[in-house]
Amino acid sequence: MITVGEWKERLENEKAYDLVSELIDRIRKSKLNAYITVTEDQALKLAEDFDNGKKEGKLAGIPIAVKDNISTEGVRTTCASKMLENYIPPFDAHVVEKLKKEGAIIIGKTNMDEFGMGTTTENSHFGVVRNPHDTGRVAGGSSGGSAAAIAGKETVLALGTDTGGSIRCPASFTGVYGLKPTYGLVSRYGLVAYANSLEQIGPMAGSIDDLGLLLEVIAGRDDRDSTNAGRGFTYSPVSKKFRVGIIEEMQANAEVKEHFNSFVETLRKFADVETVSLPSLKYALPAYYIIAMSEASSNLARYDGVRYGFSLENLDSWSRYFSKVRAEGFGTEVKRRIMMGSYALSAGYYGKYYLKALKVRTLVIEDFRRAFEKFDVLISPTMPSTAFRIGEIADPVTMYMADVNTTPINLAGLPALSMPIGESNGLPVGLQVIGNYFEENTVLGFAKAVERNEV
Amino acid sequence: MIDEETVRYVSNLAKIELKDDEVENYKNEFGKILEFFDQLDEIDPDVEPTYHVIPLKNVFRKDVPGKSLDRDEALKNARHREEGYFKGPRVVE
Repeated sequence: MITVGEWKERLENEKAYDLVSELIDRIRKSKLNAYITVTEDQALKLAEDFDNGKKEGKLAGIPIAVKDNISTEGVRTTCASKMLENYIPPFDAHVVEKLKKEGAIIIGKTNMDEFGMGTTTENSHFGVVRNPHDTGRVAGGSSGGSAAAIAGKETVLALGTDTGGSIRCPASFTGVYGLKPTYGLVSRYGLVAYANSLEQIGPMAGSIDDLGLLLEVIAGRDDRDSTNAGRGFTYSPVSKKFRVGIIEEMQANAEVKEHFNSFVETLRKFADVETVSLPSLKYALPAYYIIAMSEASSNLARYDGVRYGFSLENLDSWSRYFSKVRAEGFGTEVKRRIMMGSYALSAGYYGKYYLKALKVRTLVIEDFRRAFEKFDVLISPTMPSTAFRIGEIADPVTMYMADVNTTPINLAGLPALSMPIGESNGLPVGLQVIGNYFEENTVLGFAKAVERNEV
Repeated sequence: MIDEETVRYVSNLAKIELKDDEVENYKNEFGKILEFFDQLDEIDPDVEPTYHVIPLKNVFRKDVPGKSLDRDEALKNARHREEGYFKGPRVVE
């Protein structure tokens, strides 16, 4: 990993142009498949501007990779789908406007699961992303490209998006840092929607301080997004003796559990640690998938092959044309989720599935609210296992089960990060740190305390 | 369990044309996914549903013309265009 501090140190003696060229060269030669599009010309031009003293800001001269479901004006934004293979947005997402304003150098668009639907980045029209720790394994998903790019030293910073763990899962699998902010802290304007009420754009980086810096840049008020909370964020990590709750219901296999437990033993030396039960979490995973798929079925109705995206040569009748375009343009997992979402919302099933899931969400929020009356942060293993082998999990429900520890946080809209706490058999293990609403500085402060004590 | 007819009904609702072998695959998978969803049958929570975790309110702007996409920009990603308009498929057969 390359931290912002390390990059800035090199910038004191070397040209940004040369450093960015070196990075692009590494990407071109890489086997990780972390990028879908490399914006070489644009990045080198910006690096030149920096060298000529024309760029200033919090991220001046710092390379950043942007997940390919975030709109970039004039640069294709594919969502790793055949459906948007040639789509070039005519506008920038709010977060991209902010990156540009702060002088960042966008070096490319990263690979992902199609439309953010997946836990491994195997569902990409542009091929699987490989884990830098073992190229026979997945990098996690859906922000697998962003995570692999950081772990493989192919960028300094990256943006990911997290609907049910899509930042934290690949952060955990590749041993990098990733933060899902409180729902509403970062504008979703220009994010290609998958599940509106769950997803957030968030920072991925090689250190806690870099997460804080990037979040400071991208957070803030945006009147173009009705789900925006209208709040900003200033990075100021909290330092104190933390009251820590270990969530009893969170799951892990023997290997991860052993690692997590030994971490907790060390943690007890500098924090008050207790276990806490959140009984509603038993139902959070199915509730999450019902809501995510239902919202996906509605959001992805916009891909009709008329205004943009994949289209067919000959126009047929509306119904046949629409059905054929979507049959050819979408991959298997996306079709599966759209259809299950349509089913869950259809006449006779709305109450049984969708409405019930929304009630479970209320229970989950209540459980977290009670826990945060007693604790500053809650912790768990980020993922129940280390990174899977490519192709290891074929059954969709088994794959969905891997998201058991991350999805409850999206249901409640809380902030949570994943940070590495060592390796097991050469593969990174991630710690999930969950905070109360808009308590990102508490989460980041605790993470820094963990680092300081070299746990 | 899910039958073939239900898969075809859902694919029609979702406007995704399926081949025969896809219908067979999805039939089995949908069954498993619904079994997974049916864990919620164990509870009947007497609480209000949560649609959004933060309170939402309408955001109004002043009623003055702002910048919008020009016609060329709006049309540039469309394959079928005619006289400055999107050309879509026939709705009435």
